[in-house]
Amino acid sequence: MLARIYALIVKEMLLLWKDRRMRFVVLMPPLIQVLIFSFAATFEVRHVPLAIWNEDGTAASRELVRRFTDSIAFDLAGTIDNPQAVRDWIDSQRASAVLHIDPRFSADLAANRPARVQMIIDGRRSNVALIVQNYAATIVTTYNRETLAAGTLLADAGPQVEVRAWYNPNLDSQWYILPALNALVVMVMVMLINALSVARERELGTFDQLLVTPLRPFEILVGKVTPSLFIAAAEAFGILAVAVFAFGLPFRGSLAWFGISFVIFLLSAIGIGLAISAIAQTQQQAILGVFIFLAPAIILSGMATPIDNMPPWCQRLSLINPVRYMIDLTRSLYLRDPTVPLILHQLWPMMIIGTVTLGFATLLFRRRLG
Amino acid sequence: MNRLLRPRRLLALLHKEFVQILRDPSAILIAFVMPVALLLLNGYGLSLDAKNVDFGVVLEAQTPRTMSLYRAFVDTPYLAARPYYTDSAAEAALLRREIKGYIVVRAETVRNLADELKPQPYLVVVDGVDANTARIVEGYAAGVLGGWYQREATNNSLSNLAPGVQLEHRYWFNPELRSTSFIVPGLIAVVMTLVGALLTAMIVAREWERGTMETLMASPASILEIMLSKLLSNFVLGMMAMAVSVALGLLLFQVPFRGSFLILALVSALFLISALALGLFISTIARNQFVAAQLTFITTYMPALMLSGLLFDIASMPRWVQDLTHIVAARYFVACLQTLFLAGDVTAILLPNAIILACFALVFSLITLRRMTRNLEG
Repeated sequence: MLARIYALIVKEMLLLWKDRRMRFVVLMPPLIQVLIFSFAATFEVRHVPLAIWNEDGTAASRELVRRFTDSIAFDLAGTIDNPQAVRDWIDSQRASAVLHIDPRFSADLAANRPARVQMIIDGRRSNVALIVQNYAATIVTTYNRETLAAGTLLADAGPQVEVRAWYNPNLDSQWYILPALNALVVMVMVMLINALSVARERELGTFDQLLVTPLRPFEILVGKVTPSLFIAAAEAFGILAVAVFAFGLPFRGSLAWFGISFVIFLLSAIGIGLAISAIAQTQQQAILGVFIFLAPAIILSGMATPIDNMPPWCQRLSLINPVRYMIDLTRSLYLRDPTVPLILHQLWPMMIIGTVTLGFATLLFRRRLG
Repeated sequence: MNRLLRPRRLLALLHKEFVQILRDPSAILIAFVMPVALLLLNGYGLSLDAKNVDFGVVLEAQTPRTMSLYRAFVDTPYLAARPYYTDSAAEAALLRREIKGYIVVRAETVRNLADELKPQPYLVVVDGVDANTARIVEGYAAGVLGGWYQREATNNSLSNLAPGVQLEHRYWFNPELRSTSFIVPGLIAVVMTLVGALLTAMIVAREWERGTMETLMASPASILEIMLSKLLSNFVLGMMAMAVSVALGLLLFQVPFRGSFLILALVSALFLISALALGLFISTIARNQFVAAQLTFITTYMPALMLSGLLFDIASMPRWVQDLTHIVAARYFVACLQTLFLAGDVTAILLPNAIILACFALVFSLITLRRMTRNLEG
């Protein structure tokens, strides 16, 4: 039996490896994606083009403006002097925000009245808008404290917040996105390989040949699963090495659990791929099936936006998505050295998904046989 | 080889393509089922609004003042606050991942609360694994604290507290910062990227794999005619998919539309041609459905999601990644759609982006044409 399975594994491995193009798309895309997307996926907002409309023009207001333009969050896009210009600059996105200082600014300050300053923000990109507002509020608070109250008792009055972030002290976006990409890009590759494997054989007519060999359905399954599982697991460790050595991420969990988790996760992904393959009549249908599964599975995985933010029905739907559990696990393994119960808590749903889908695929092999 | 373009032959080819589309369920699946499914799931699922985040408030001492602060945390819709009485209890809850962060109100702070002129140190601890949520939670906590302090100060008429500079915000185009209103137009671009490329990449890769492409090329039809017939037939399908997506955005997600539909159609047409041509190009270099599928996914869906400015702000990316985003056609389409839906017909945005999209369409078509010619000769 082992010899038979081995023969099939060799055959499947050759299929993945003999063609230069095949070799390229199996190896390169996961790495390239990790490299590019880990830099792209930043939630920090920097260099927001800011236009200044200062109707006051005194030293006090210039000091406030300087604090805005000196900060890394804002880049000075230019100065304007009329309401029409505000419209033009925001409309054409020459500026994403306009800081408008009222002509009575310094008079109000001198008279101890609230000095109003207006920030007009382009709401087309609401993700950026909210963060821009926070930066602006921080700048104004510091300004109040350091210039207006300087030297008085008020200088250090009021609430002062010290923030401490666990596991990721600088709240580095890469620490958040790279562990997720580690799980994701490997899965995309492994699912495509497996979804196409049976469909391709069926389309070419070689699947029937496979079925008339002495191989049992279970052996066919093992032969199909092993090569891609092996390549994908190796790639997962490769990406881990890149993340730790090139990007300086910590790895606080255990390598053994990393390996075990990936094998279980990949088996569940392979199971879904094979199940799609078993249903599909042609490769094209298989590919469509994979895309229809993957495109939402990526969004509902918590990679970019947290699952907690989703409406309840989306959260429930994400329970059948293995990526969701794995991304949670890789993040934990990289950053927090999770306890075994916390790991198992994420592992068992993937085991169930894997068992069901792999079982379904075997069943389909058997039915074709009978 | 005949490079001429004859309307009669083109019509015959188009007829063949349409018959093929009508008989092939996967074309219909790509053009209609996929956009609807993707928009529904992603439109609801992709949310940047964190609400009701589990949050701890550690009260080392309980006085009317601290209880009023605790109530401020309970009252905000953004945080779901629960009380703890020691640091270690809150820390344990954070470890068990029951809360995303907590604020510590020290006994010393409580003593100082009686005198507003004394510093009041607070400690905010957040779970940094989800760096983005951590930053948002930190902002929420500071906001609740600041608002509470101001109310307290006014209630106790602290006249010696200078009001200082007060910042007002005004958000244009999307005053309540509804993230759906800005995500859905961007999502339409992502979905159309995938639909456009899949329509041609998959369908034509199959023709190569089965050898029917060679049959087609051996016919009197010229390469130009073959390419045009593939592009045009799928263009009609793609535009219908676009119409379905826009209708869904307007009717179901209630996104406002402030531009003109004519310009929307024009920009979409340009983008669709570039997406279809890219798909055709992928299929000519891949010649195998697995390679085509993998290439389609990593050259269309993932870049459109990550590099188009839909989720992540392009200006904040490192320089070399920003340069890379210039070759992602979806980037220009996302900019056009967000402006058309939320702002209106802003020539300064639409014209340059449309011109770039037209260039993409032209360049991809020309490369594909050359590539197909070479394939035939090689």
